[in-house]
This record gives sequence, C-alpha cells and structure tokens, in this order.
Amino acid sequence: MTAEVQEQQSPAPASGDDVLRVEHISKRFGAVTALTDVNLHLRRGEVLGLLGDNGAGKSTLLKILCGFHQPNSGRILLRGEPVVFKSVDHARSLGIDVVYQDLALINELTVYHNMFLNRERTRFRLLSNRAMRRLARQYLDDMGVGIPTVNAEVAKLSGGQRQAIAVARSVYSEAKILLLDEPLAAMGAKEAAMILDLVRDLKEKGDVSVIIIAHNYGQVLEICDRVNLLQHGEITFDKPSAETSVQELNDIVIAEYREALRARHGG
Amino acid sequence: MSETAELGTLGPPAVGPPGAGTGFMALLKRAGLAFLRQREASIFVVAVALVIYFKIAAPAFTTKLNLVNVSQATAPYAIIAIGEVFLLVCGEIDLSVGFIWALSPFLMQYFVDFYGIPVVAAIVLAILAGALIGSINGLVTVMFRVPSFITTLGTSFVIFGFMLTTSHAQARQLPHQAVGIGHWFGTFAWSEIIWCLALVFLFQLVLTRTRWGLHTIASGGNLLGATEAGINVGRIKVGNFVLSGTLGALAGILEAFKNSTIDPSAGGYTPMFYAVAAAVIGGTAMAGGSGTVLGAFLGMFVLQVLSDGFNLLGISSNPYQIILGVAIILAMISNVYLTRLRRMGRT
Repeated sequence: MTAEVQEQQSPAPASGDDVLRVEHISKRFGAVTALTDVNLHLRRGEVLGLLGDNGAGKSTLLKILCGFHQPNSGRILLRGEPVVFKSVDHARSLGIDVVYQDLALINELTVYHNMFLNRERTRFRLLSNRAMRRLARQYLDDMGVGIPTVNAEVAKLSGGQRQAIAVARSVYSEAKILLLDEPLAAMGAKEAAMILDLVRDLKEKGDVSVIIIAHNYGQVLEICDRVNLLQHGEITFDKPSAETSVQELNDIVIAEYREALRARHGG
Repeated sequence: MSETAELGTLGPPAVGPPGAGTGFMALLKRAGLAFLRQREASIFVVAVALVIYFKIAAPAFTTKLNLVNVSQATAPYAIIAIGEVFLLVCGEIDLSVGFIWALSPFLMQYFVDFYGIPVVAAIVLAILAGALIGSINGLVTVMFRVPSFITTLGTSFVIFGFMLTTSHAQARQLPHQAVGIGHWFGTFAWSEIIWCLALVFLFQLVLTRTRWGLHTIASGGNLLGATEAGINVGRIKVGNFVLSGTLGALAGILEAFKNSTIDPSAGGYTPMFYAVAAAVIGGTAMAGGSGTVLGAFLGMFVLQVLSDGFNLLGISSNPYQIILGVAIILAMISNVYLTRLRRMGRT
C-alpha cells in the first residue's frame, strides 16, 4: 500500500571505513514482519541516528545487531567480515554493546552488580565486590552521575539514575560499537545533556561508533553525524545531519502518516 | 552474615565527629543496624529466643540426646531447602525433591545387591540419578516452557510410581556391605548435621559470592533483563534443578542410613513443603529475585525446635501445625513489608 512512497533501497557502496554493514536483513515474528529489507552502514567513529515511528522496527534492528535476535535473512559485516552473532555474549566479545530500551537492570541487585552484570570481576571464582564497587564509583563519577551510593539496590533509584547506570555500563565496557535504544527517554534536561556530552566525548576520541535511537529530532541532529529513517521495516532515508533539518524529518513522517490514513480510508 | 563487614559501609556517614564517650555506643549501634539489615536477622533472633525459652521451660532440651534429635530432624530437610532456595530465587520450584529422596536409597540398594557395584560407587550413582532427574525437571521446564510447578508435579508421580513398582512397595534392609560407610552418611549421630552445615555454608557462599548466585538472582528478579544482559537463564535454571535433585538424593540416603532401613513411605511431599516453608520463613521471596540459604536453614531449625520443644513440654503435636501455618504467613507478610522498607531506604 505504500509502495509508491519508497523506492527499493540497495546497500550503500562498500566503503573501507565501514565498521558495521547490514545487508538485506529481514525479521519475522510468527505472522508479523518486523523488518523487511534493511540496509545500513556505520563508519568508524561515526554517530548514526536511527529514527522512525513506534513499531517501525528500530528496537528489533538493534536487538539483531547486538545478538539478541537472529535475522531470518540477510547478512551482517563487521569490519568487512561477514559474521553471525550467536548470542549477546558473542556480539559483546566482538566489541558490540547495547543499552536496551527497558535498560535490562535487575531491581534486586546493587548498582555495582548491575554495572558488571554478566561481566563480573572475580578472583578464585568469587566475586571481587570491592573492585567492582570501586570501578562503578569511578565510572559514575567520571560521567558526573549523582548516585549517593553504589551499594544501593537499583529499585531505589529514579528513572534518570537507572538510565544513567545502564548507559555507563555500556560506555565503560570498552565496546567499539555502541547501540543506544532511547537512551534519553526517562531523563530530565540535565541528565539528557550529560548523556549527550558523553556521546560527544566518544565522538571526539574517534574510536567508538554509535547508533542512537531517539525521538527528539533536535537532539538527534545535534549529536549525530548522519540520520537514517526506518519505515515499514526498511531504511527509507539516509542523509548527513548537516544536509537535513527537523522540518524535513517531520514532513517525511507526517507524509507517511497521511499516506497510511488515506490508504486505510480509501480502501 | 558474611556480608556484615561490607554492608557496614552502607550506612549513612556519621553525623559530626564521634565524641570520645559515645564512640563505643555508636559502634554498637552501627553494628546493630548492620545486623538488622541482614535478611537472616529476624529468623536468627527468633531461633535464639526459642532456644532460650525451651532451655528454661524444659531442662531436657539441651541434653545431648535431644540436641541430636533436633539436629537430625533439621538436617535432611534443610539440605533440600538449599535447592528450593536456589529454585525459588530464580523463579522456579521443585515439588519432586521428596520423591527423589524416597527413590535414591532404593537405587543405591539395587546397584549393590542386584548389580554388585561397590557401595561407594552405588551411593555416587544414586546421587547422580538424582542429578539426572533434576536435569529432566529443568530441561522440560525450560525447553517446553512448562511451569515448573506442573513439570515437577508430573515427575513426582513418575518417580513415586517407579519407586513403588521396582521395590514392590516393600521396605528393604540396607546392603550389609554398606554398614561401615554408613557412619559417614547418617549412622553417626552428628553426621547429618555436619553434611548439612557444610552444604549450607558452601551454598550460601555460592548464592552471595559467585557469578552463579548473582545470575540466579538476576534470572528471578528480571528474566528478560537477565537474558538481554547475555545471561544464559536456561542454563542457570537447569543447573538449579540439578542442584535440587542432587541434594534430594543425598538427603534420602542420609535418612536411610540414619533409620537403618529403606522405606517406600519416606520422603514424599512433606519434606518439600517443610523446605519451602523454611525458605519463606527464613526470608526467601516466592516471587524470585531474593533469598538466603542461611535463612532457610535457620527457618528449618526454628520449625524443628518448636516441634521438639512442644513435645518436651507435653503439648500435643497437633497445635504445632497451627503455629507452622501462622508462622509461614507472618513471615511472608514481614518479608514483603521489610523489602518495601528497604527499598524506601529506611533500613
């Protein structure tokens, strides 16, 4: 029904500095098709904004890139080599880390155990709580997150603090590719600025590449080098941030909405 | 309890410089608060109070014979409570553990008398069979997404039926070759409690100080979140079912040696219900995500001290059931309430 608004997107020409390439990825959940044919690339040191309406498949795409879901078809190239992520652990071992939309925090555990969840420091098979506590404190201080004690259960913390912990966990994992799913969702202006500064720092170092899903186009354009728009399971728009505007992005999304409405009412 | 020293740092920083006169009191208060923050604190206080009460009310309570009784009543139930704690913490339950308990000494006897396997190897094989049943419980639960309540309800009947069929529902003598080794496994009066305490401390350490324990808590606290963090929650759950089956088999063998007979009416649902009751009274949440092995041991100790003390005071064992029931419900209420307080930062 929306065939005329999109032309078939083909993979961007291969480029030597692509750290991650996604070619013709599709994903179905039973009868529901979440992704039909996604092509996407991420350059070394680049911050890529991934936009799209609710239900467009953004989170599904990110969960494929971090090894949580396996795609039904298509392939992923990491630094030019085809890879199949067998699990989250596998993707992580290859330098990809993710902040999930739901944060993946365990309420019953302390801040520092959450920050080292599934990559705990151990000595003689016992948890090195002292080392983890010290590092957690250090990371949060470096980030400028105000959390009184890393011994607190995360259930006690505010939404913004929880989000900061989830972001800190990934940023300090020494990953080379960071996937952030709505990292600003539960944040006030101050905390959001802190996360944006953090991403800016990473960008300046030039070593880490980032994909950010966000709803606030202004923030995305400010921080990202390039933006992609995901609609109906495909990337329909790919431009450097400097060549587009909040206005243009809004227009595209609203046009899509009108189109869908017309299709539904027109039968 | 092992975390007391660390958790001491959790308290708010002392307000103002500690005065010379109040230093000791402040330290005592700090230590007291650190103690009360422990999940096991309330059940520990109850246990101590009961021991003191019965010591005064019934002088026979602290005789060696009676202490042996209490320890033998506590130990096997507390051993299977360890497995139940791990399962409850990761959001599962094992109803079949008491039937593994009943089956394992029969298996040991079959191996020795029918297959001529040496006693030690037969004991090891019987315990491994418990582990195998546990792994079936776990794999069915995880792979087919059957609630563990149903999986283990089903395997309970299967194990029970298998035990009755193969034994013709007849009690058996322990193999005579096994008498010597039996001293290590329940014949010697204190052997059960020694096994029990060693296992309690080992698994308290596993739950609070190892990745396995942390991932068990994470799986029960937030299953999706744990999966997203890359934790293999299926492996954790299956492993904890294996633990429960293994401990069930060990408890059954200890009991057979203690009673010098292999009894088809041993085990069953009763020890499992007591184990779950002890876990809950000791501070383990049914909803998953939190629990304590030490608390479950103390919970079982309290239940058995109550039962024993009533007996010594000449009170019928019938009202004991009422106390047990009320204790379970009160423990659960206080558990929920304390958790809420802790979240609010009061304790």
